[in-house]
Amino acid sequence: MTALLTVEGISKSFRGLRAVDRASLIVPKGGIVSLIGPNGAGKTTCFNMIAGVFKPDEGSITFAGQSIAGLRPDQICHAGIGRTFQIVKPFKELTALENVIVGALRTEPSTRLARKKAEGVLDQLGMLDKRDQPAAQLTLPERKRLEVARALATDPTLLLLDEVMAGLRPTEINQMVAVFRELNAKQGLTILLIEHVMRAVMALSQHVVVLHHGQVIADGAPEQVVRDPAVLECYLGEEAEV
Amino acid sequence: MPIDLIVTVAVQGILTGLVYGLMALGLSVIFGVVRVVNFAHGEMMTIASYAAIVAFGAWNIDPLVSMIPIAVLLFALGYAMQAALINPFINRPEHSQFILLAAVAIIMVNGLLMIFGPDARNVLVDYALDSIEVGPLLIDKVRVITATLALAITAGLFAFFKLSRIGKAIRACADNHMGALVVGLNVKRLYALTFGIGSACVGAAGAMMTLLIDTTPNVGPVFTLQAFVIVIIGGLGSMPGALLGGVLIGLTEAMAGLFFAPSAKTMFGVAILILVLLFRPQGLLGRKA
Amino acid sequence: MIARLTEGVPQRALILLGLLLAAMLAAPLLVGDYGLSVLILVLYFAYTGQAWNVMMGFAGQLSLGHSLYVGIGAYAAAALYVHYGIGPWLGVWIAILLSMSAGLVIGFLAFRFGIGGVYFALLTIAFAEFTRVGFDHFTWVNGSGGFFLPVAQYSINDPLNLRGSPTMFYYILLGITVLAFLFCRWLLTGRIGYYWLAIREEPEAAQTLGINVFRYKMIAVAISAGMTALSGVFFAFYYNNLFPEQIFSMNRSIELILGPIIGGIGSLFGPILGAVVLTLLAEGLTDIMAALGYELPGVKLVFYGLCLLVVVMYLPNGIWPPLRKWLGLGERL
Repeated sequence: MTALLTVEGISKSFRGLRAVDRASLIVPKGGIVSLIGPNGAGKTTCFNMIAGVFKPDEGSITFAGQSIAGLRPDQICHAGIGRTFQIVKPFKELTALENVIVGALRTEPSTRLARKKAEGVLDQLGMLDKRDQPAAQLTLPERKRLEVARALATDPTLLLLDEVMAGLRPTEINQMVAVFRELNAKQGLTILLIEHVMRAVMALSQHVVVLHHGQVIADGAPEQVVRDPAVLECYLGEEAEV
Repeated sequence: MPIDLIVTVAVQGILTGLVYGLMALGLSVIFGVVRVVNFAHGEMMTIASYAAIVAFGAWNIDPLVSMIPIAVLLFALGYAMQAALINPFINRPEHSQFILLAAVAIIMVNGLLMIFGPDARNVLVDYALDSIEVGPLLIDKVRVITATLALAITAGLFAFFKLSRIGKAIRACADNHMGALVVGLNVKRLYALTFGIGSACVGAAGAMMTLLIDTTPNVGPVFTLQAFVIVIIGGLGSMPGALLGGVLIGLTEAMAGLFFAPSAKTMFGVAILILVLLFRPQGLLGRKA
Repeated sequence: MIARLTEGVPQRALILLGLLLAAMLAAPLLVGDYGLSVLILVLYFAYTGQAWNVMMGFAGQLSLGHSLYVGIGAYAAAALYVHYGIGPWLGVWIAILLSMSAGLVIGFLAFRFGIGGVYFALLTIAFAEFTRVGFDHFTWVNGSGGFFLPVAQYSINDPLNLRGSPTMFYYILLGITVLAFLFCRWLLTGRIGYYWLAIREEPEAAQTLGINVFRYKMIAVAISAGMTALSGVFFAFYYNNLFPEQIFSMNRSIELILGPIIGGIGSLFGPILGAVVLTLLAEGLTDIMAALGYELPGVKLVFYGLCLLVVVMYLPNGIWPPLRKWLGLGERL
């Protein structure tokens, strides 16, 4: 399988604190990769560098053969990467449908076509009945789904999901997992996800990367990684601290 | 141009700037804690000025004396404004807060206009024209007195925030709103107190200002802008920054008045503001957000 | 493209708008000179409020220095007319370009340096004040002494030079206001409208969806500044005198934004309704005061302040959105 996203040795420091330290990972085309690790391990910072929020201090990020490190978030989006935010950021005063239309306008030439496409995406995520509700009135699980819908509407080849399962009930997690599986299988969507819900990680990913103190400490198949002593130690160590 | 004149004007500018600083300090304290920009700041100062003018006109009380009851009065006004108007707006969007205070400012300016009319008024104390000789320089006595008082009040305020229990509680509120709530501080009351303290500063400054400039209702908005310029230059929320900003603006205005036209002086202040906003938005002594 | 203007608008709303337009067209026949001058004021504030609303209501950028664009527009067109005999309909384009450039400079500096929220609002005030003092010393347009357009009794209307009776001004302004309303509706329902609203609500999320936030904010500022310049041109030719003290003043900036705030920020009809309500109330108040024999300066503005206070406290979204809901007139109006 060819690599769609290659991250090589990226680092980022904030006021001397090294949030991400020479991290590398590869997301193969058509694959689903999970990025896990304890709180504060640097996962979201990693995402933010891939998505263009921060420019890495060092290292390279290559997407579909093109270097994207240092591009702005909107340029990253046009390159074909969609993302969700861990803390959801819906356009509160707009309806669910309008939220998704904004995303759909990236590829659609007119608002009419964008509306059509947005309806399709909402339907796919089982949210069509909420289309005319202002986003401010949606529940948290609905907002999470809206976040995914909006990103999907931009037609990404790679989707970055930042803890979209957190706070969902088990049945809702199963639904989400099913949606991503389908997107991956039918449309060949490549996914990189940050996730704490291990059930989702195990069910979805073909490959898991573990980040701890900004460094990659393990990298492999899910079953293999969860048995890795270094991984167990970092999680147990954290719990011991708590 | 004789160097003596330039130095004299510069010193006078710095002294006036300290009173500006005291006024701006009020704005800065309020913003630093309550995180609301008091768009009615200059207007509140004008109210204080008119109070001093009335006190002098009716009972011949020197503004340097009446500034104490006036500061108390403005404290009450500020406390009431925060408690009644602004507290309900704490979680509203910035522009909502701005509009609320703009409305208050409009009411204040035009209320004063209705009561006192548009004509300029001042307070003429018997030492108004005295000056103090410092070497070759002749410095206005009122400027020396007011600047000294402004410094003293600022020092007192510093001490209050550093040493007193309430002062510490207010600072805790400013540092960490949520934390302050968690440890059981009455945040709304502390906000009202802070707004009161900021208003008291502007009250004292307003009373003193009657000795330095003529007062009309329309100087309110001008001083609001002035206070913004000063605190942004110094750093919104920074107490030393407000004084530094005040001195800088006082000096700039004096120099601009001397070398260009007095009417052009605000342009220089605003120009400094624009530069600071562009290159150091957190202000000269401000912390980065 | 044109279909978009009426798409999703209930028929009821179209009928109401049609009736209102008909009433406005007939108004000069029904009201006297004084009434006409009040209506011109209403339209002036409705149009200018609409222009400001593009920036604040749509794109979420609070400008408190819009008098800058009115002033630039007014002075540019007036100076071109007086000094070079360039008519207002040609001058207006230059005025718009100048005003847009000023807006773009401010926008560029602010957005490039990451200045937002309250700081941006203060920057807009600062630039307006800076320009005001600058114009006080700008001798080409007679500085603080004021700049005057030649005034004469016009027996025939000369719309090409914007010289004529109030009725002519009224109809021209009515046309401009209607066009601005349609233009804003067109903007809001298009791609750019969605982008602006997204930027207003969550700039970070907007950028993640591929929107070049900087560019679209700049476009908002340019359009708003350009539209506002036109009201400046109108102001210059209608009132025939310009003073930096007045036209660039902070009070003027605030007066301009009261209409849309009271009517409803971000809505299309809000600025119009706000202008109607405010102007009629203020004029009514002046009449009552005059009838009672009071001539107090400041009464009108105290009243404005109180209105603003009440609206912002109890109707944070303005009076139009609840009214719109009550009338059942759809969202994007």
